Amino acid sequence: MNKGTIVKVSGPLIVAKGMKHANMFDVVKVSKHGLIGEILEMRDDLASIQVYEETSGLGPGEDVVTTNMPLSVELAPGIIGGIFDGIQRPLEDMRKISGSTIKRGVTLPSIDRNKKWDFKPVKKVGDFVQPGDILGVVQETVLIEHRVMVPYDISGKIVSIEEGSFNVTEVIARIENEKKEIKDVIMLTKWPVRKQRPFKMKFAPDTPLVTGQRSIDTFFPITKGGISAIPGPFGSGKTVVQHQLAKWSDADIVVYIGCGERGNEMTDVLTEFPRLLDPRSNESIMKRTVLIANTSDMPVAAREASIYTGITIAEYYRDMGYDVAIMADSTSRWAEALREMSARLEELPGEEGYPAYLGSRLAQFYERAGKVLTSGSEERVGSISAIGAVSPPGGDLSEPVTQATMRIVKVFWSLDSSLAYARHFPAINWLTSYSLYASKLDEWSDENIAKNYSTLTKDAMRLLQEEANLQEIVRLVGIDALSNPERLVLEAARSLREDFLYQDAMHPFDTYCSVNKRYKLLKTIMDYYYRAKEIINDDIELDKLFGMPVREKISRARLVEEQNIDDYFCTIDDEMEKQFKDFSDKEALS
Amino acid sequence: MIKEYRTINEVYGPLMIVKDVENVKYDELGEIELSNGETRKCKVLEIDGTDAIVQLFESSAGINLADSKVRFLGKSLDLPVSSDMLGRVFDGMGNPIDDGPRIIADKRADINGEPMNPTARDYPSEFIQTGISSIDTLNTLVRGQKLPIFSGSGLPHPALAAQIARQAKVLNVDANFVVVFAAMGITFEEADFFIQDFKKTGAIDRTVMFINLANDPPIERISTPRMALTAAEYLAFEQEMHVLVILTDITYYADALREVSAAKKEVPGRRGYPGYLYTDLATMYERAGRRKGNKGSITLIPILSMPEDDKTHPIPDLTGYITEGQIILSRELNKKSILPPIDVMPSLSRLKDKGIGKGKTREDHSDVMNQLFAAYSRGREVRELAIILGEAALTETDKLYAKFAEAFENVYINQGFYENRSIEQSLDLGWKLLVKLPRSEMKRVRDANLTKYYDKFKESDDGQD
Repeated sequence: MNKGTIVKVSGPLIVAKGMKHANMFDVVKVSKHGLIGEILEMRDDLASIQVYEETSGLGPGEDVVTTNMPLSVELAPGIIGGIFDGIQRPLEDMRKISGSTIKRGVTLPSIDRNKKWDFKPVKKVGDFVQPGDILGVVQETVLIEHRVMVPYDISGKIVSIEEGSFNVTEVIARIENEKKEIKDVIMLTKWPVRKQRPFKMKFAPDTPLVTGQRSIDTFFPITKGGISAIPGPFGSGKTVVQHQLAKWSDADIVVYIGCGERGNEMTDVLTEFPRLLDPRSNESIMKRTVLIANTSDMPVAAREASIYTGITIAEYYRDMGYDVAIMADSTSRWAEALREMSARLEELPGEEGYPAYLGSRLAQFYERAGKVLTSGSEERVGSISAIGAVSPPGGDLSEPVTQATMRIVKVFWSLDSSLAYARHFPAINWLTSYSLYASKLDEWSDENIAKNYSTLTKDAMRLLQEEANLQEIVRLVGIDALSNPERLVLEAARSLREDFLYQDAMHPFDTYCSVNKRYKLLKTIMDYYYRAKEIINDDIELDKLFGMPVREKISRARLVEEQNIDDYFCTIDDEMEKQFKDFSDKEALS
Repeated sequence: MIKEYRTINEVYGPLMIVKDVENVKYDELGEIELSNGETRKCKVLEIDGTDAIVQLFESSAGINLADSKVRFLGKSLDLPVSSDMLGRVFDGMGNPIDDGPRIIADKRADINGEPMNPTARDYPSEFIQTGISSIDTLNTLVRGQKLPIFSGSGLPHPALAAQIARQAKVLNVDANFVVVFAAMGITFEEADFFIQDFKKTGAIDRTVMFINLANDPPIERISTPRMALTAAEYLAFEQEMHVLVILTDITYYADALREVSAAKKEVPGRRGYPGYLYTDLATMYERAGRRKGNKGSITLIPILSMPEDDKTHPIPDLTGYITEGQIILSRELNKKSILPPIDVMPSLSRLKDKGIGKGKTREDHSDVMNQLFAAYSRGREVRELAIILGEAALTETDKLYAKFAEAFENVYINQGFYENRSIEQSLDLGWKLLVKLPRSEMKRVRDANLTKYYDKFKESDDGQD
């Protein structure tokens, strides 16, 4: 038995001696409680270990046993719909054992060992397979077909494979390798969380991840396989945006990591998600969601691990050929956990006490996202889109975590507290946010949505920019100083803000906006502007132009139910046509 | 047999190093006996081989390296809890300081508590009526929420907190709140204000107080809020009571934490506060909430004074990231004698949406709320515009909005510290102000509520003119 002895305890960091036999990043069991820890540093026969549970009551002389395994997650059917802590312990099962609070030293299998799954082979005896090839499938939930892949250390000829009902540790196939050894394959595999799962090659992402949020989809789109960050001060609605993305984006699977955030927010997700229906499949969205919850009162070291646990699970499903979206709320709390451990290791601090390797760790995490050609002989394409919330202290974007994040991400949704105070939600500031995918997606949108789509969005963005400039003038000298065409710009931009960008996450029909609805709404608002621009001059009666009855209809359009969209916008088109004609006729008369 | 050590090697600030210890555990509670027989509490902060770094909970004055003895007690700091604690006053370390008898412990509870399993939480959704319109209507408090008051020096946050403690109740339920009150580093006068107020209203009988005053050792302050929350957890989750916890003032608590951190020579984060301030505050605040299958609840109202009214200072900033909203007090309103001076625009209750509406408050609640926000926001903008460009530049509608903003502040917010308005009264009052604006401006109100409420109040308003 490989046993060491504790010599030092300082919060979540312990030092043990007699650890020469252990490897870096091995998982160890500490003391008689069997607390889980991970080796961070080795010096001679001393090992520094971060412990994922409360270390109160530990002292020198107690045992440390290494498992000779790095921190790993279990991968098998049964992950979807689950809620785990930062080191993949199932929280529901834990509650059955230890009640309302989290007691330490609880060891539980991450994945239910007893549940039987119906395995249907897609390969047959005699087939040659290589790692990543699909052996068969299991219907994990109504939405997700779990593709059981050949593990990464096995290849060769299938000598037996069976259809039937198996639990995750029963042998489903036997494979004979080149050395004529026969290997058993079970559904359960393990993967070290800090190691990226292999793939064949990476592509530049080129299709949008449709989120159902107008502001994002129109002006600051993210791609399947893209990475984005949402920074914002508290109260600006970061979590609501993250929840909205988890609920409505058109990824196949969503991995949601609550990393050092509020307990009640996770409860909210747990109570609300099962009741919400996915707009595409009409099934509960929980059937495609995995939750990782390491709330702020849970041990800080496990918070550091939680985002790796999340992304490894995401990679596993990506390898099956799915589009996965991963949300981390919030990466700042993760960075703080990193900082705390770094301080305890007495490393030299970088900026604001964060370790010097903050930037590279963040980059390593985000780089595990992307669109890839997966391993295996079948040409599968899968993707991971990563969306990280950042909580800059005091809303100051110059702080290290935000800056390190901005260097990596391609999409930046900047949340603004002044918009939030004015109750404009989502409070994404349209002047400071950006998406580097926008121009790339224009082509896709013009082909798949409508020919003039990119022109529309560009014109709309220009209006919003002009509005900001004009408002400066208004603030100084009053609105009377503006010419009528300028007033029209203000009016059209206001309509864009209030009728288009504003989206009510609580409203049953407004919470999700389909591509069709988004396009028609934008087109209608811009149509009004184009038409008005044609006839506007300095003698026109502005009140009548701006007060045209059709505009009230436009302002209510976002609340229209999906199935009535086409009719609704048809009527608006007709009415607008008529009202503009009447208006011009009257103008001509007078 | 508990060993005694006479091996104190160093004392600096609140820390002490004891040499050659055996079998001492991390986080273990210790006791120092001074040469005059006085004992003080301490805990193990780090144990390195046979050296223990120990943090004192009390002042280090009088400790003598040669004569003082240290004993380790084999347990972590705990608090004897019992329902007899109601009506009693304790110091910051949990010792009774009124003249009452010792507490016969029902059990001893570790003051650090245990993290709550997120799957065991019950989402807070029951409306608490505080009787204060600007909270009830616009920034609704619900049972199990943590809602801090961001204040500043010279602002009447004690009066507001006392008003909430006095008036808070849950509609349609008999159960009253019990109050757990923790004072950290506040002055005698401020603490006395609370005590007198609780006495006057009889609330003192259902209150547990932990008092650490400004002249008590700062180091004690670190345990005070944990003592209070431990008592609250016992009352809420074992006695199934509804507990309102008031912690004042978090700023002084964080300063004490900074003092210890500096003594430990830790790498400081922003403004010298330790990097783990977020985690430390979170482990306290997150103890609020409700649990599935349990009738009790902990509603937490921490009060913090923002240095220079700066919301981006680390303490309000990190608090805001953990709590479910915030009530912000405004110096400007206070100067105008609008009391309680709650600045409704930046204030926020994140949990309000689940606690209001039909069956909880009234069907028109969210409409009234949104419309009041929109109208007041517009009113304030108009007022600013009028300052720059003069009243003459305002349109007729703008003038109505300016008038509305005035009335909203003077009537709606300015209710004083002793008026207790029911939620119906608050909503009705909201309508009475809103009907001064044209019906076409009610963009945030659903048609059904316009007919049912706007028209009704408009009629009676017209009748008065």
